[in-house]
Amino acid sequence: MAALRTLVAYVEDKPGVLNRVASLFRRRGYNIASLNVGRTHDSGVSRMTIVVEGDAGVAQLMEANLYKLVNVLSVQDITDCPAVVRDMALIKIEVPAERRAEALQLVEVFHARVVDISPGTLIAEITGSPDKIEAFVEVLKPYGISEMVQTGRIAMTRGVEGEASRISHGQNSETVVTAA
Amino acid sequence: MTASPISSKQIAAPAIVVNQPSASATADSSAVELTQVCTGSEILWETLIREGVSVMFGYPGGAIMPAYDALPKFPQLHHVLVRHEQGAAHAAEGYSRASGKVGVAVATSGPGATNLTTGIANAMLDSIPIVCITGQVASPLLGSDAFQEVDITGVTLPITKHNFLVTRPEDIMQAVREAFYIAMSGRPGPVVVDITKDALQKSANFKWDDTPVRLPGYRPEHKPLPTDLQRAVEMIHSAKKPIIFAGHGVLRAGATGLLLELVRKTDIPVAATLLGLTGFPASNPRALGMMGMHGEAWVNKAIQESDLIVALGMRFDDRVTGNLKTYAQKAKKIHVELDPAEVNKLVHVDLPLIGDVREILQMLLPFVEYRDRTDWLTHIDTLRGKSAVIDIKHMPDNGKLFAAHVIHDLWRLTEGKAIVVTDVGQHQMWEAQYYRHDFPNKLITSGGLGTMGFALPAAMGARFACPDEEIWVIAGDGGFQMTQAELQTLVQEGKKVNIAIINNGYLGMVRQWQQFFYGGRYVATPMSSPDYVKLADAHGLVGLRVTKRSEVADAVRRARELPGTVIIDFRVEQLDSVYPMVPAGADLDAMIRRPEAVVEEAEHNPIYETGKDD
Ligand SMILES: Cc1ncc(C[n+]2csc(CCOP(=O)(O)OP(=O)(O)O)c2C)c(N)n1
Ligand SMILES: [Mg+2]
Repeated sequence: MAALRTLVAYVEDKPGVLNRVASLFRRRGYNIASLNVGRTHDSGVSRMTIVVEGDAGVAQLMEANLYKLVNVLSVQDITDCPAVVRDMALIKIEVPAERRAEALQLVEVFHARVVDISPGTLIAEITGSPDKIEAFVEVLKPYGISEMVQTGRIAMTRGVEGEASRISHGQNSETVVTAA
Repeated sequence: MTASPISSKQIAAPAIVVNQPSASATADSSAVELTQVCTGSEILWETLIREGVSVMFGYPGGAIMPAYDALPKFPQLHHVLVRHEQGAAHAAEGYSRASGKVGVAVATSGPGATNLTTGIANAMLDSIPIVCITGQVASPLLGSDAFQEVDITGVTLPITKHNFLVTRPEDIMQAVREAFYIAMSGRPGPVVVDITKDALQKSANFKWDDTPVRLPGYRPEHKPLPTDLQRAVEMIHSAKKPIIFAGHGVLRAGATGLLLELVRKTDIPVAATLLGLTGFPASNPRALGMMGMHGEAWVNKAIQESDLIVALGMRFDDRVTGNLKTYAQKAKKIHVELDPAEVNKLVHVDLPLIGDVREILQMLLPFVEYRDRTDWLTHIDTLRGKSAVIDIKHMPDNGKLFAAHVIHDLWRLTEGKAIVVTDVGQHQMWEAQYYRHDFPNKLITSGGLGTMGFALPAAMGARFACPDEEIWVIAGDGGFQMTQAELQTLVQEGKKVNIAIINNGYLGMVRQWQQFFYGGRYVATPMSSPDYVKLADAHGLVGLRVTKRSEVADAVRRARELPGTVIIDFRVEQLDSVYPMVPAGADLDAMIRRPEAVVEEAEHNPIYETGKDD
């Protein structure tokens, strides 16, 4: 599989913005591994975490193209920054009562939690790096996974706030920001 | 539609008169100074006027009717009724290209809006600032597949710089203001403002806001880092075989004077893209001519041999580069470009300078110095001497009519001063080769999209921008037939352009590809034409037919003298091809040359290139 790059984009929370971003990726032929959008503490601003296939050059072009969308406020390629990257999954497995204890142990080992139990099933919730989720899924497979949902990656750079919101604009240039 | 109670003639400056003691209007602004209640339609037109619009090209229909109904109250706005909305979009582009201002097209919802899309895509690919106003079904009906509902913001998403869907009258002014700002700033482009019928009909408070538009995420301006400018100067100084590329960005930035200065100081030769052709005078000794697929052979050779390319406001289109793997391998590349997304898109560049071409040249000029590059210049002259598309000025009249003759004579007779608007095909390339452009912005053509049918409506738009200039359309028989309906628009508006139809009886450029790459099978390319002289007559215009070179000058002279639009049907050689040609995707210096032996008559054909022609 091609190398993955993680971009963080702040966008205006307006109708159609996700469509614009998705249309850009589709049109330019970028391959999205995962895309997560959600509100932020700023009303009117959403944050996207976009994981794409490609190298640093591809990410740079994508960043420049994202900036061309009027509703995109800022973009940063955080692939090479120290960052916390998380994914969350809900996994429903089929587990008869006599194997439940054993399953619960596995859940514990992975620092996951059980959020629902029925006579024949349980739902585990796991938050972590994509690798960890993958490993968890592997060990649950023998029980029989009947349903699974994953959020897609979200990411935040470590340390001083602002790293990810600084306007870098990629290539060798300064952006002229007209004073408010 | 009920007639407006107030005829346009009766209404003077104050544009909107709504229960308001007549506000004192100043000469250069419209009347609305105070907050007042206006319909969305009135707000729309008032905002256009305040954005400096005086002419727009459009076509009415159901959803946009409320706006048209209000139009007579705004006599400052001249509306040109086109014959097809594609014509409106191209006319807006022609107007913009000739005036440097934003062009405006208006259409109704559904089919009106979809008819605009070819022009919108053309404006997108050639970075032309236009604003398209489209009517939309009433907001409660949105999404219901109502009569003439098309999701035009969805349709135009990938072919606009930005677009707006406006559903409330109070949002119209801001959307239109932002549309003009976005269209014009940074790398320009088309913006669509789709307004629902109810937003046009309902009323809202109107208070003109003339503070600069601010969009939090939109930063169209960039400037390069000082260290990079310094590096550029060093690279220019140390280059032995440098070439400057002049692209459309040179013209957009108004940097033609600075480019001349740069060349004067550094003695570096200049090659141009199709859209950059008028960015540097053809008669300057350092002008090489056009590069790329139909560029001059010596230009492409020189590019392949160069050790430094200074690319100004161009985007390394595939028609310019040919095979990317073998493109200008020996050259370091400095890319001066306003759009960061164009840098390293196709060609790896060593030094991007992101910003306005004009500003960057201004920053570089004080530091660049002259270097002696006689060897390089002499070498290019040698390349040129061997393969020149020779100067056909003094060539004899063999009785046959070649497109090159027509265009060359047109250049001579207009002293190169006309605004030339070309369509797409062989004639477009011949124009680029044989009309020598010495003056900025005098060529208007469809580059990136290659839109047949562009020329006539675009010329019409240019006419409104430049009432006093000589304007020539050069179109093929195929492309002309696509949008010829706009002839009657010119008649209705009492406007003149001269039209040279390069009539070869074929979709010539496609026929040429069939000849070269498809075994000479001329499928769906032979094309008949109406009798253009009679067609002109049917429009109440003058039509002329020219079949010999000896008749060219007279026809051109008559066309220039007559007050109305004149169509000249130039019956040129049918099977002529554009040479040289780099086949799509081939190495830039692997050109198909004009065959020397294919002269059926004993006499040497004057426009065939041979070394002997010097
Ligand atoms: C709208 C559109 N359709 C198709 C084409 C493909 N095309 C490119 S050049 C050409 C032939 C143009 O013929 P004509 O207008 O007679 O000009 P000529 O090449 O003969 O000078 C065609 C069909 C195009 N560029 N635009
Ligand atoms: Mg033709």
